[in-house]
Amino acid sequence: MITFMNNSDSEEEPCNERTSLMSAESPPVPSYQDGLQASEAGEAQAHRKRRAGSSRGPNNLAGGEMSGSRVPVRESALENEEEELTLKYGAKHVIMLFVPVTLCMIVVVATIKSVRFYTEKNGQLIYTPFSEDTPSVGQRLLNSVLNTIIMISVIIVMTVFLVLLYKYRCYKFIHGWLILSSLMLLFLFTYIYLGEVLKTYNVAMDYPTLFIVIWNFGAVGMICIHWKGPLQLQQAYLIMISALMALVFIKYLPEWSAWVILGAISIYDLMAVLCPKGPLRMLVETAQERNEPIFPALIYSSAMMWTVGMAKPDTARGPSQQTWDAAEDGREHLRSPSHAESQMSERRSPVPTRPVTSLEELEEEERGVKLGLGDFIFYSVLVGKAAATASGDWNTTLACFVAILIGLCLTLLLLAVFKKALPALPISITFGLIFYFSTDNLVRPFMDTLASHQLYI
Amino acid sequence: PAFGLFLFTIARDPLRIIILIAGAFFWLVSLLLSSLIWFIAVKASDPQDERLQKGLLIFGVMFSVLLQEAFRFLYYKLLRKAIEGLVALSEDGCSPISIQQMAYVAGVGFGLMSGAFSMINLLADALGPGTVGIHGDSQLYFLTSAFMTMVLIFLHTFWGILFFHGCEHRRWWEIAAVVVMHLTVSGSSFCNPLYVGSLVPSYLLMAAAAAWAYLLSGGSAQNLRRFLLCKC
Repeated sequence: MITFMNNSDSEEEPCNERTSLMSAESPPVPSYQDGLQASEAGEAQAHRKRRAGSSRGPNNLAGGEMSGSRVPVRESALENEEEELTLKYGAKHVIMLFVPVTLCMIVVVATIKSVRFYTEKNGQLIYTPFSEDTPSVGQRLLNSVLNTIIMISVIIVMTVFLVLLYKYRCYKFIHGWLILSSLMLLFLFTYIYLGEVLKTYNVAMDYPTLFIVIWNFGAVGMICIHWKGPLQLQQAYLIMISALMALVFIKYLPEWSAWVILGAISIYDLMAVLCPKGPLRMLVETAQERNEPIFPALIYSSAMMWTVGMAKPDTARGPSQQTWDAAEDGREHLRSPSHAESQMSERRSPVPTRPVTSLEELEEEERGVKLGLGDFIFYSVLVGKAAATASGDWNTTLACFVAILIGLCLTLLLLAVFKKALPALPISITFGLIFYFSTDNLVRPFMDTLASHQLYI
Repeated sequence: PAFGLFLFTIARDPLRIIILIAGAFFWLVSLLLSSLIWFIAVKASDPQDERLQKGLLIFGVMFSVLLQEAFRFLYYKLLRKAIEGLVALSEDGCSPISIQQMAYVAGVGFGLMSGAFSMINLLADALGPGTVGIHGDSQLYFLTSAFMTMVLIFLHTFWGILFFHGCEHRRWWEIAAVVVMHLTVSGSSFCNPLYVGSLVPSYLLMAAAAAWAYLLSGGSAQNLRRFLLCKC
């Protein structure tokens, strides 16, 4: 499997970028948002009451009349309101993230269960040089720990490299790197995946058809991810490449190493995002300072990313509006529930008299929560490994799935409370690992015995 | 049917989905703890003794039932706190989801998880080749398992409603009734493979629980008649 190992060099890069940006989202700068909220609060109240029956998401910035005089009076009260609104939108955003994570996991589990290729051990990546075929337990443990150390150090080096590049504004290099890696993912891995799936189901396909299919898939994918494209298509592509990456990991990481790596990565994530000198935190803060989006190829966003080129609303609106617009252009609210809902589109029609504000609403609306692709990948790796190696089959997989979703829920709750970039991995992975090991060893014999006697609890 | 319930009533509202998943999580944790206890008991005892193993199994089942109900109670407490939070957050002073809806969703969550755990390995094996009951066991294994699982899911749903209602109004006898019912149903499954002993009482209990829950939720015979008549 020499070829694979060579490819894995560049393949690791996207993986590292993804892992490095797993939770790197800058929070919205609350200051001018507060100001905005303050001025809109009056209309917001009225609008909210009207929309009480709908899905918990009044678009409070409907009003648009930003009377600056109201700002100082309502500051304190409105900060509370803003927090409440943030928490209220929580449910919708949680679901917006549940769905893609679930989809990714389903794809991975389905593939693992059906395609033999991904569970065969055909060699290892060069990043995990120590084999796990050793006879003694201690040696195996040692090897897996060493593998983990190597992997984590590779990831750290890559992340620091990326942050340095970003800091010194070598954008071309970063973009080139990203494009190269996503190209490879989209074409090479898809080819392999498709080949294996076709082999499993014994479907014949000739090379020209294959070429056309993969070419189309890859080209559309590149455009969608790196440039503009319909939101759902972009989300679908991101889910697919996360699933492909996760499958590669599941195949090429030896067993114990995989679990230790998962644990170590969540600790690393925790430190990298929360420590003041952590690389991810520096990345996030730099992006925030420059008011720039973080690379679109590495983040999953649940709502439309606003690209430059949208008409700005009427500039005769006042200073606060301007600051908001400027930030609006660049600001991908990384990982913060925004104060807008994507269902607000139907609200625009009853507001024909204020076309300017409706545009503003449109800009506000299309923001959601963002999650790094590395998170997707590692969640799927956990569930996929559970599906592949657990002897309790579906019970374990299901347990890990629920555990990860609950972890995600809790993380989003913490996000709503703390309002800054948070690592998405630790809580979910911890829950997932606990549930995997306990379900596999404790619950499985219990359920098996129950099932054999057909007892029900 | 349970999945249909899910699709029609829960999948719309994101909050309900979260409550559902959290309910499933709580059930899972209770299962984990009960299997931990059972595992320890088994390891500590003699593996050769059949009767002891069977006894331990029964003990495990009962303990698990009690733990499930305990976790249902814990979940109730958590949801109470959450409802207070939601009421505080909402603008017009009433929460977007009532405690009864939550009870229903929590019940469905519990039920789905328990049903999934009971059935899914069976389903996976059923896809493969084989003959049912080839070693002299009942040939109706799959069928009865399916029915039993379904009745259990529904029962969990109704028990959720009853339980929360009992907690709300401080009627301890309701809660005790739920626990007793659960124990009875699990106990009746000990009669397997004498299916008459387990399926029939379970279905009867389910009908009773359904009627009770319906009445508690504010329905009445009149409502039912109106609903049915209006349709046709």
